[in-house]
Amino acid sequence: MTTDVTARPGGERKNDGTAPEPAKKGPRSIGSRIALLIGAFAFLFPFYYMIIGSLQKAPDSSPAGAFPHLDNLSFRNYTAIDSAISLGRSLVNSGIFTGGVILCTTVFGLLAGYALARLHFRGRGSTFALVLLVQVVPFQLLLIPLYVLIVRDYGLADSYLGMILPFAINSSAVFIFRQFFLQLPPAMFEAARIDGASELQILWRIALPLCRPALLSVVLLSFTGPWNEFLWPFLVTKKQEMEPLAVSLANYISTVSSSAANPFGAILAGACVLAAPAVALYVIFQRHFTSTDIDSATKG
Amino acid sequence: MSATSHDTRGSRRTAAGTPAGAPGTKPSLRARLGGRQPIGMLFVSPYVVYLAAIFLYPLGFAVWMSFHSYFFAAPGVEVARPFVGLANYEEVLTDPAVWRSFLNIAVFLVINVPLTVVGSLVLATALNKKLPFRSFFRTAYYIPYVTASVAVVGVWMFLFNSGGLVNRVLGSLAPDPSWLVNSHLAMPVVAVFVAWKQLGFFVVLYLSALQNVPNELYESAAMDGAGRLRTFWSITVPAVRPATLLVLILATITGANLFTEPYLLTNGGGPDGATTSPVLLMYQRGLQQGHPDQAAAIGVILVVLITAISLIYRRLVERD
Repeated sequence: MTTDVTARPGGERKNDGTAPEPAKKGPRSIGSRIALLIGAFAFLFPFYYMIIGSLQKAPDSSPAGAFPHLDNLSFRNYTAIDSAISLGRSLVNSGIFTGGVILCTTVFGLLAGYALARLHFRGRGSTFALVLLVQVVPFQLLLIPLYVLIVRDYGLADSYLGMILPFAINSSAVFIFRQFFLQLPPAMFEAARIDGASELQILWRIALPLCRPALLSVVLLSFTGPWNEFLWPFLVTKKQEMEPLAVSLANYISTVSSSAANPFGAILAGACVLAAPAVALYVIFQRHFTSTDIDSATKG
Repeated sequence: MSATSHDTRGSRRTAAGTPAGAPGTKPSLRARLGGRQPIGMLFVSPYVVYLAAIFLYPLGFAVWMSFHSYFFAAPGVEVARPFVGLANYEEVLTDPAVWRSFLNIAVFLVINVPLTVVGSLVLATALNKKLPFRSFFRTAYYIPYVTASVAVVGVWMFLFNSGGLVNRVLGSLAPDPSWLVNSHLAMPVVAVFVAWKQLGFFVVLYLSALQNVPNELYESAAMDGAGRLRTFWSITVPAVRPATLLVLILATITGANLFTEPYLLTNGGGPDGATTSPVLLMYQRGLQQGHPDQAAAIGVILVVLITAISLIYRRLVERD
């Protein structure tokens, strides 16, 4: 449904060097700079406030509380949230869930993307159509049947496998790998074939070492999804020791927080721990992030 | 569309590949049945099997369930699940709570979608110039998008609760009852929250669309003495129309999937059910109250509505 619209912008996406619009200097661009600054403030302030709030001994929601006061700072909230939801255990669960998703997405995506780009086999066209189709299947419709199948029928409640299953394949990953292998010169693969390499050897010895940039993009792309996901692991987990951090923090917000001494401080401390890895990865690898997201959005 | 481009690429590859591959190979039965590299089937098979098990089968199961009487039974116990025709649909469509949830999501979309489209296009246009700290701005806008909803919901609760910073700053202008417990304001706050969280993604999407607007268009507009607003309206807006359609559709799908925000920010769809979304209702009906068949019917209705809305967008955007 969305493919034809987007084939164009995705194709020629280029670096952010020069913008097509001629650079305008002078008073006319001041308006847009002010808009950008206000925008940046609106986007970043909640994150700043998240950190400040997580360090306050007593919650201070007055305007003066938005600035750090040394006598009101402590790491007490972090120990409070840790004793309430066990941060370490939750982080391990988040890590296993996310790691499993990344592993499956990468392996399945690499195999399918390589085959769709470089191999001739029966059913290639229909496989590609299927990959496109998945992009338009909405998760709301799958929610109930997946719950019935995975949690009820297969008995995978409170298991990592149950959390990972619905996220284990990702069409965006297939698109990224396919696009990458299509850009490589075909002669490279033909030469290996003439030398008598098997297709598996070509994949392992030639394609895999070359595709590091695509691999990094896919890993980053498939990190934020499961790390931030709330609804599905929330449905799958009943035991607290299996909950990923997003779920245990959400449960803390919706139930326990009313009885805590400084609920906002503890919530914000948990929020900082949950947000930090994704934000850090994004800031470090942002060029890969932006390009993958455009790829995934526009190729789908 | 993409399938077509895929085919042309494929045949180009064939043309290059034939001379090299031809001498050694016999036109075997295997090649005719499986193609030149039948091992490709093996490579895609995990993906295809997965797809069938995790997407296609549940998809059919959801539709099937919505036409049958389905309830949870102990594992392994055979129970009759009789066909009930449209009974589940009748049940949910005569339920005021279901109508309320669809009305809520309509309120959400009416606020969220225009805000997203206008906000992301304006910010992308402002960013699409040579200016200092350009990548800083881009990073700033994108950070909420990569952060977990659960984490940022915590800050918004702190900001918007009755004694929160926003009300302190507003002083006597603060709404009573406060934002998240006010049945008129809660859904708008949720809609603004989601727009804020998703905007960075759409800014980047528009930025990549703006890269493809030919520079000559802007040059000739400048020659004709068009002002900035005029240029934006007559050149930028029409040039990014395909991207706008994509933003409209994606923002609507995201909105229709709304669950985490009403569940946490407004404490489970409150106040008075003013922020109950269809997906939240599906969770309550299907899994908490044990009517998965009705929940599946709500899901089918929701998806049909989204598809209809997407087609309407397409008509509207592509008409002029």
